[in-house]
Amino acid sequence: MTIQVRGLTKRFGDFTALNDVSLEIPGGELMALLGPSGSGKTTLLRIIAGLETPDSGSVLFNGHDATDQHVRDRQLGFVFQHYALFRHMTVFENIAFGLRVKPRATRPSDQAIRSKVMDLLKLIQLDWLADRYPSQLSGGQRQRVALARALAVEPQVLLLDEPFGALDAKVRKELRRWLRRLHEEMHVTTVFVTHDQEEAMEVADRVVVMNEGRIEQIGTPDQVYESPATPFVYTFLGNVNLFHGRLGEGRLRVGDVELPVPELGDAAGQSAVAFVRPNEFEVDTEHQSWSIPAVVKRIRIVGPNARVELQRESDGFPFEAELPRHLVDHLGLTQGKRMRLAPRRYRVFPTSPEEPAVTDSR
Amino acid sequence: MAGTVSILSGATAAPSPRSVAVTEPRLFRAGLITVAVGFLGLVLLLPLGAVFYEGFRKGAEAYVAALREPDALAAVRLTLLAAGIAVPLNVVFGLAAAWAVAKFSFPGRNVLITLIDLPFAVSPIIAGMIFVLMFGAQGWFGPWLADHDIRIVFAVPGIVLATTFVTFPFVARELIPLMQEQGTEEEEAAVVLGASGWQVFRRVTLPNIKWGLIYGVILCSARAMGEFGAVSVVSGHIRGVTNTLPLHIEILYNEYNFVAAFAVASLLTLLALATLVAKNLVEWRQGRVVAIGPTPEDPAA
Repeated sequence: MTIQVRGLTKRFGDFTALNDVSLEIPGGELMALLGPSGSGKTTLLRIIAGLETPDSGSVLFNGHDATDQHVRDRQLGFVFQHYALFRHMTVFENIAFGLRVKPRATRPSDQAIRSKVMDLLKLIQLDWLADRYPSQLSGGQRQRVALARALAVEPQVLLLDEPFGALDAKVRKELRRWLRRLHEEMHVTTVFVTHDQEEAMEVADRVVVMNEGRIEQIGTPDQVYESPATPFVYTFLGNVNLFHGRLGEGRLRVGDVELPVPELGDAAGQSAVAFVRPNEFEVDTEHQSWSIPAVVKRIRIVGPNARVELQRESDGFPFEAELPRHLVDHLGLTQGKRMRLAPRRYRVFPTSPEEPAVTDSR
Repeated sequence: MAGTVSILSGATAAPSPRSVAVTEPRLFRAGLITVAVGFLGLVLLLPLGAVFYEGFRKGAEAYVAALREPDALAAVRLTLLAAGIAVPLNVVFGLAAAWAVAKFSFPGRNVLITLIDLPFAVSPIIAGMIFVLMFGAQGWFGPWLADHDIRIVFAVPGIVLATTFVTFPFVARELIPLMQEQGTEEEEAAVVLGASGWQVFRRVTLPNIKWGLIYGVILCSARAMGEFGAVSVVSGHIRGVTNTLPLHIEILYNEYNFVAAFAVASLLTLLALATLVAKNLVEWRQGRVVAIGPTPEDPAA
């Protein structure tokens, strides 16, 4: 089922949770809503579910306006952050709930409910826990039961609110892969909310990056990571070094370093920030005008890479570069060694005029 | 309970000045327990025993006779009737109030919470007098009621009203914190799964608050049967007609009919003891549910 969201706005008192958000989720896609807390991602999910009413805007399922449709009639599965399992029911009854409350005309027989629930229990690999109560399960097991309960009613859309937020790192990784596999088998349109970029990158087909009630960027994990559309996306996804400078003659001047920025050629005199990821540096041996002279402060080897903490020679401004380990060994880099690093890739965003540029002083 | 906990923590912790400080003063603990138990015996158990002792002073026959006397039986019936009406009314009210307060926010919510406590704050005598003022012969509705030949004060309806008023906080007070703590997530989950409002209440909300509700009902019944002040004002003390058990006891006592007074009192005491046992059973059940544990709320990451 395709989900369309048009111009959604939602305020809680003075706080604007969603500000004119529009979005289209094609059928069968697995989409992540990614953002820091307070970015409006959970509110968006709850409005799609019908658990929250928007102040303005509309939600369409398969092109039909569902904004005023009751949650109960939307045919969707919702997995709550804290699972919201029925604490007085066994695992079996939790999963059977959606089938048992169906109107008599459409309710399956007890036999059919039983076999359906057992199938789901096998799917989540917890058939041996059918008679347990939620309180007797681990966090990961509860999460899977919550998912099975949502799937029991064969929803057209599956919505998950921070599905792995409360789990420890290892369980979280397992469940992520499991959710991905499950989605490949069932192909239900799935939207999940997360604040964990790694989770969004690993699981989702496409990622919606949200901030302060607005959508910053929509794209595949690769797109949002490799070509962030806004400074926010840059800083939110992965590590990034910021170099403040001033534009002029198609260049960004950062101290003595001049980064070519042909696309911002006519914005002379304006202050701007260059975003460079640590892995986008390369060692410069030819004294290019855009490479940064620096001193090595510390080297940490992490697997095949080395994280090199550096200080800019001109003013001691700290930044970080990630270089292949063999290169570090080959160059014989140690603490105190001087070198030049050239950003292989970077992106420059002009800072707003009312916000005075912090020119390299730190 | 607290003692057990500190002993345990003292035993498991590495030897430190603190563990010694916690486990050392046996004498102090013994003294504390003696004081507590002694006080309990003197102020609670002794008088309780005295009730039964006085009731049986002239033998079992006199005791049984006092209970089988028509006025006593009428008092028992009236007491049960008043409780039988007041308790269900307060269950309905308590559920509605707790639901409203815990699950919605609306203007006047805090006023409602405060008002629920009013019967606890107001002296029962005043509660009784309010009803006399409203429905008595000289009261606001008195003439109208007299015209229509309806008796409220000095009749059974007055007693039921007074009992209901005095006991109405019990169920609501018990349920509000419970429902607030449980939040609305499970209900939301049920609605998303397609449950109707009634199904949500029947299958999710009610089972979750069941033990709290039963506990509230027990406390409410105990108070409804034992209420003296408010009922005394509206009753008019008509023997065999508007006398509840507590009022009947008072009359017997004032007539120096001590054996009968204490015999009936012992009946009321037994009711109270039964309530206590029931209450403990529920608490034990609740404790077990808690021990197995409702889902611990993980802090939002």
